[in-house]
Amino acid sequence: MNQTPLLSPRFGLRMNAVGILSGLIVLFWILVAFVGPSFAPHAPGDIVDFDFFGPISSELWLGSDYLGRDIFSRILLGTRYTVGISFAAVCIACFSGVVLGMTAAVIGGWFDMVLSRVLDALNSIPSKLFGLVMVAAIGSSIPVLIVLLAVIYTPGSYRFARALAVNCNTLDFISVARARGEKTIYLISQEILPNITGPVLADFGLRFVFIVLLLSGLSFLGLGVQPPNADWGSLVKENIGGLAFAAPAVIAPCVAIASLTISVNLLIDNLPVKIRDRA
Amino acid sequence: MTKPLAEIQDLYVEARTDSGRKVEIIKGVSFTIQEGEIVALIGESGSGKTTIALTLMGYTRSGCSIAKGKVLLGGEDLVAMSERDRQKLRGTDVAYVPQSAAAAFNPSYRLIDQVVEVVGIHKLMSKNEARLKAIELFRALALPDPEHIGDRYPHQVSGGQLQRLAAAMALIGDPQLVIFDEPTTALDVTTQIEVLRAFKSVMRKRKMAGVYVSHDLAVVAQIADRIIVLKGGEIQEEGSTQRILDSAQHPYTQELLAAFQPAPFVPPQLVETEVSIRRPVLEVTGIYAGYGPLQADGLPLKTVLRNVSCKLERGRNLGVIGESGSGKSTLARVIGGLLPAVRGHVQLNGRELDPRVSGRSKEELRRMQIVFQLADTALNPARSVADILGRPLAFYHGQKGAEQEARVNELLDMVRLPRALRHRMPNELSGGQKQRVNFARALAAKPDIILCDEITSALDTVVAAAIIDLLKDLQQELGLSYVFISHDLATVQSICDEVMVVQHGETVELLTNDQLPDGARHPYSKLLFSSVPKLDTGWLDSLPAHPGNPDR
Amino acid sequence: MPGQITLLVLGRLGVTLLTLLIVSFVVFGATLLLPGDVVEILLGQAATPEAVAGLREAMNLDSPAIVRYVQWLFGLIQGDFGMSYANNMPVADMIGGRLANTLRLAAVTTAIAVPLALFLGITTAMFRGSLYDRIVTTLIVSIISVPEFLIATLAVLVFAVWLRWLPALSLANDVNSFGQLLKVFAMPVITLSCVISAQMIRMTRAAVIEALKMPYVEMALLKGASRTRIVLHHALPNAIGPIANAVALSLSYLLGGVIIVETIFNYPGIAKLMVDAVSTRDLPLIQSCAMIFCFGFLLLITIADVIAILSNPRLRR
Repeated sequence: MNQTPLLSPRFGLRMNAVGILSGLIVLFWILVAFVGPSFAPHAPGDIVDFDFFGPISSELWLGSDYLGRDIFSRILLGTRYTVGISFAAVCIACFSGVVLGMTAAVIGGWFDMVLSRVLDALNSIPSKLFGLVMVAAIGSSIPVLIVLLAVIYTPGSYRFARALAVNCNTLDFISVARARGEKTIYLISQEILPNITGPVLADFGLRFVFIVLLLSGLSFLGLGVQPPNADWGSLVKENIGGLAFAAPAVIAPCVAIASLTISVNLLIDNLPVKIRDRA
Repeated sequence: MTKPLAEIQDLYVEARTDSGRKVEIIKGVSFTIQEGEIVALIGESGSGKTTIALTLMGYTRSGCSIAKGKVLLGGEDLVAMSERDRQKLRGTDVAYVPQSAAAAFNPSYRLIDQVVEVVGIHKLMSKNEARLKAIELFRALALPDPEHIGDRYPHQVSGGQLQRLAAAMALIGDPQLVIFDEPTTALDVTTQIEVLRAFKSVMRKRKMAGVYVSHDLAVVAQIADRIIVLKGGEIQEEGSTQRILDSAQHPYTQELLAAFQPAPFVPPQLVETEVSIRRPVLEVTGIYAGYGPLQADGLPLKTVLRNVSCKLERGRNLGVIGESGSGKSTLARVIGGLLPAVRGHVQLNGRELDPRVSGRSKEELRRMQIVFQLADTALNPARSVADILGRPLAFYHGQKGAEQEARVNELLDMVRLPRALRHRMPNELSGGQKQRVNFARALAAKPDIILCDEITSALDTVVAAAIIDLLKDLQQELGLSYVFISHDLATVQSICDEVMVVQHGETVELLTNDQLPDGARHPYSKLLFSSVPKLDTGWLDSLPAHPGNPDR
Repeated sequence: MPGQITLLVLGRLGVTLLTLLIVSFVVFGATLLLPGDVVEILLGQAATPEAVAGLREAMNLDSPAIVRYVQWLFGLIQGDFGMSYANNMPVADMIGGRLANTLRLAAVTTAIAVPLALFLGITTAMFRGSLYDRIVTTLIVSIISVPEFLIATLAVLVFAVWLRWLPALSLANDVNSFGQLLKVFAMPVITLSCVISAQMIRMTRAAVIEALKMPYVEMALLKGASRTRIVLHHALPNAIGPIANAVALSLSYLLGGVIIVETIFNYPGIAKLMVDAVSTRDLPLIQSCAMIFCFGFLLLITIADVIAILSNPRLRR
């Protein structure tokens, strides 16, 4: 047989500057979501400025909104809604999507066909439209929003996970495990899942971005988080009147959204690759 | 001596690894090619033979680059040339015949349009002249229906035909040098012979020079004037074909040659108690199986196996030999319960087995294990060697913790792998090591029977020979019985007591080891056995033209 | 084999119809989720029991949901979209002109975005890794990552607030000259084009890059073909399927985009109508709009899939 050195190949973690920077921004917003509001200089509901759409000042770091409230404080609190709701929804969506997707791939047959057909049909309703119809019917309290966003993004996650699992399912090691007599649950959890975790995590990140975008979009239309609470999308909507004078009240929440979503996307594109150097 | 047609001088090629590190994959290679001469580059996977051949076209695959050296073609250095100038040479001065013509033909265009594309690119002649020339080449390459075969799309012709069409595509621009990149490796032996013969006659007639890249010494012996043996990106030995075959100097070349003479078959010593009663441990009767929905006649849409029967006695080995599409791998899946047969029976130790895995008991499953061809896909890349071997121990024998660990070590010893490998992931192992782990997993169950599906086909010759030796040793130690599925006569001959020849899903003939290969009676078996290339430069020319197999 | 193509296409159309059926079921199901009684919502708390009963009768609310579903579906097929809850008008009348406005917006956007995106997608794939490629891909990631209203906001800031070239609002009703038309359409079209071409460029680029990895591309290179020939002659014909899909999927983002764009620019299209209907909870109107949107989406996807089937050379004779 051919001799290969018994030394373990070299491992290394490499991450470029863009990846590190975007990772830090994502981390920052997660931190803000947890502890941000306790650092808010003003209560988010207090009217602190006689002027509306006030400029940036040492007192009001990001100016004031259409009622003269402190935008900086409102963004800190809004982070909790935007990040929190989206995160809860993406967890539910990806968990159910991945579990269903792997099960469908392994079991196959009728189960797979019916599930795929129904979920594909749901997937073919444009997400914003789905949101509008459901919000019209059942309103938009926070728990409803979370479930709604999760339901909208489950079919996509299912489709993605199923495609990965189907590829995996054709490989010989699955045949070996089947021939050994393994049950579905083992095939899913031990043979398939470890091989699709990477792409599934990347998909988790992308889907989180989609959900943030949809939630902000709904709030912008006034159909998402309802006053007096406000997420970043609602903040843009409330202050859209300030657009004509380029008020910081409307620009700041826009920057917040963009910084979060662009960072998550860039982070996924520049994930630290575990490098296995071919010696 | 006349000026050589092509010359490589002190060539170094670098490859960039995933982490951006540079590795030399070709380390100072020099050789020449005279006009009208066919030079073979021989070596195993990773020896750099294809990389070197491609530099003769001034091309390196992505991630690779020529670091140093000259590649002279007709006196001009391809390395120093601009890409535009190199484009002018490709297809007209030097042409390429790929390993897989099936992938190298664009599925969107008719074959003729792709064959004459070179002419269009370099504006060599009119479209009509090109067409006539192509048809003439098709005829010279012994393609059926040369007038019209070009009007088909690539998916409408067979693999052997595509390979010859690819040669026509290379020859249409009348190149001085043709590069053959393992052009028959993907073909069955009976097809390979036709393709080789066509290549040889065309090259001889046109007095073109060629570089023939291959891992198969016997194939190369038929077509090359000179052989260059490569390993690890360096030339090991160089000499005329006859000289290399007769008196190889370099140990590596000797090793390659030795792998061609497999150890002679020794019937396994039967365990004493079993000698008296020769009861079959596995008996398969009247199997029909296939894919797709059942039709009115009760058979699947695509029936792969028809009325296949065989039996295997304890401590003995049954070989199943056939070409691609013969249904031999399907038979393994049927016996293993992965593809339920629509008709027929599988009996283990005289007891009927359920057609599907889910209907078999754990004990029945344990007694019969499958080992698949490609260790790359047969081992879960996300699990360590210890996990892979530990699972059947836990599953069948309930072994855990220290007991399991000890048994894993024992298994690694059995397949002659160092124990330290237990913590490795599959992609950190070499091909041979993977296949050993793959086999050890089957041993872990303590089976009676192991179904080996082409387990040596993807390995280099030397590595494959070692695996076969291992299988024989283990059989002695453990009293195993193998069903050995292969397309390779030499492999089957070296290990099996009995051999079943299959074609189009039916049994053609059943032969005992001592009848191999000359005792075959059925014309297909004869054709199959006689098509295996021999290490003899005159073998191809000595063969009679095959009747009844013109177009595979 | 032509039979095979026909079968595949018919099968694909069948899937579309089935999907449409499931979608209609979900959209209708939304009414059932409505908390409280529709009639009481419509008539308000002060309604007399007789009035409530009368309206229930008129709206057929006492029959089981499945019967109402079938009636609603047959109504839709015959072009009867029902009556609006909010202003007691036939839904069809409310939609009519608005749908034309939205289609006009979509058509103009498509005409600009598709050629632009295909050009950029193919050229970035051709010059993969170049500065040009990196600039375009970075821009695309940024556009894809942010909500549509943000692009719209940015467009207003740049073109209306800082440059003062265009008005911030569009009112399609008082268009008298080409110049006005341009001004009215400009902002929504710029926004929408950005949104959908970003997706399209990304997917087209990926499809072409995928096709360029095939062995027959290397073969073409070794025949001496130039880069342009390799891309246009060898890679593109095999990427038609994925590209058609990319175009269809991106155009479907148009649907999501118009909802925001019509609202922000106050454009009198069907999406604006729908958003307004959500605040009045006018379900028949919402359902009809939703079905129109889903139908449009499925139509696009189906066309793309049929193109993919027809362009598959393996099905050719």
